[in-house]
Amino acid sequence: MFSEMFSYAFMVRATIAILLISPLFGMVGTMIVQKRMAYFSDALGHSALTGIAAGVIMGIANTTISMIIFGICFALLLNYISRKGLSSSDTLISVFASCATALGLAILSRGGSFANYSAILVGDILSITASEIIQLIVLFAVILVFWCVSINRLTAISIHATLAKSRSISVRIMEDAFAVLIALLVMLSIKWVGILLINALLILPAASSRNISDNFREYTYLSIIFSIFSGIVGLFVSYFTDMATGPMIVIIASVIYFATYIYGKDR
Amino acid sequence: MKKIIACGFHCIKIKDLGVSFGEQQVLENINLHIHCGQISAVIGRNGAGKSTLVKAILDEVPHTGEILFKNKMDNTIQGLRIGYVPQTVNIDRTTPLSVYDMFQSFTGKLPILVKTKNEHEHVKAALAEFDVDGLIDQPVGTLSGGQLQRVLLAMAVHDTPNLLLLDEPVSGIDKNGMDDFYEKMQYLKETHDLAIILVSHDLDYVYKYADNVILIDKTVTAAGKPKQVFESEAFKRVFGKGATGEVEVNANV
Repeated sequence: MFSEMFSYAFMVRATIAILLISPLFGMVGTMIVQKRMAYFSDALGHSALTGIAAGVIMGIANTTISMIIFGICFALLLNYISRKGLSSSDTLISVFASCATALGLAILSRGGSFANYSAILVGDILSITASEIIQLIVLFAVILVFWCVSINRLTAISIHATLAKSRSISVRIMEDAFAVLIALLVMLSIKWVGILLINALLILPAASSRNISDNFREYTYLSIIFSIFSGIVGLFVSYFTDMATGPMIVIIASVIYFATYIYGKDR
Repeated sequence: MKKIIACGFHCIKIKDLGVSFGEQQVLENINLHIHCGQISAVIGRNGAGKSTLVKAILDEVPHTGEILFKNKMDNTIQGLRIGYVPQTVNIDRTTPLSVYDMFQSFTGKLPILVKTKNEHEHVKAALAEFDVDGLIDQPVGTLSGGQLQRVLLAMAVHDTPNLLLLDEPVSGIDKNGMDDFYEKMQYLKETHDLAIILVSHDLDYVYKYADNVILIDKTVTAAGKPKQVFESEAFKRVFGKGATGEVEVNANV
């Protein structure tokens, strides 16, 4: 059964891609949940549309590049404005996200051509190419190194920013670096996962792990395990049931969330 | 933790410190002299600028004037290391962080994704000084106010700072906890070469334990020995005469 599945090159590539993306989602998600940035990463996902639109307008053939550039600028802008403290940050993020989404949709729908881009909404992991897998390997290495170097400081900032600052941690630089990292991860994986579901994959494994973890190691490793498990099982189930992969992964991640929620409640 | 006898040769000088938010001047002309081996308590009504002073010392808000850390022996200026203890930390009950994780995230080089026996022992020894080594593997969110306070103190004095800065650190702690806390402060100033600045509402404890009291209302309105400040006109204007009487009765107990 499995040998037949892996006789298709696209299934092999999709499996490799999931093995690369899902641990990153599990890992980065822990800090997104810890820092209460779920709304931030969601907005970033939506801004992918504007990134594509910007690429189309400027005539850039590879819209991934315009998405990444736009995503990084958008993330830094959100951080900058949140720091000004002029308005509560969830309101602000919501305003910017809606604005970016509307702008993207408006530009891409020009001349009734939005159908060409609608694939980005749900994503398609089966269409990933070998060179795109190499991009993911580089991304994997970058995030892993960043994580090992920065995890203490990011955690300290999430506990108490002023206290972190008093210990010579550059709060602003770390927050911006983390925002750029989320932007990179979201933009480089959104084609495979889809705008509608990407935030679920970032949040669900970490939230599930949080239900049952007592310390940071359990939190991180369980989140990674849940993420890989949902990714791989979701891919296989989608293959055998002939349904879209992204939604299937999210369904499995949600089941894990509810199971850990019920289990964690009785602890 | 190395125990150092207070040398008395270091002092922290705050010169002409001022803070304004837009048009509003929150602090002005703050001049203070803080010595190592002494507890200096900052008191004042709500909104007098106590917490802003703490933030200015931490460089968290833009301010005018300067903060110097001087070695009186050779008159050199040194970098000031501050051990800060906030009022509370942003942790809810379900946060998956153990005391070890929190301690290491602020002080450790090793990523908290791994835990070695050595590091664990090291953190445990630092916690033991405040009698909380037994809590090392407990989730931070389940600690009581007093326990969390001690863990934060252990973190604050971990790298032998020159200045221990405490912003109303005993809010929500019962009387036993308060006594413990102030005795610990007494112990710290005697055994570590530390200057302690303590923002506090608990006037009777301040009277009993502080070496210096600084009364703030936008600027320093009275400063000196506790008795001196508590009998000053400025103090009576803020806290009323009743408070002075009550403080003295309690302090004599």
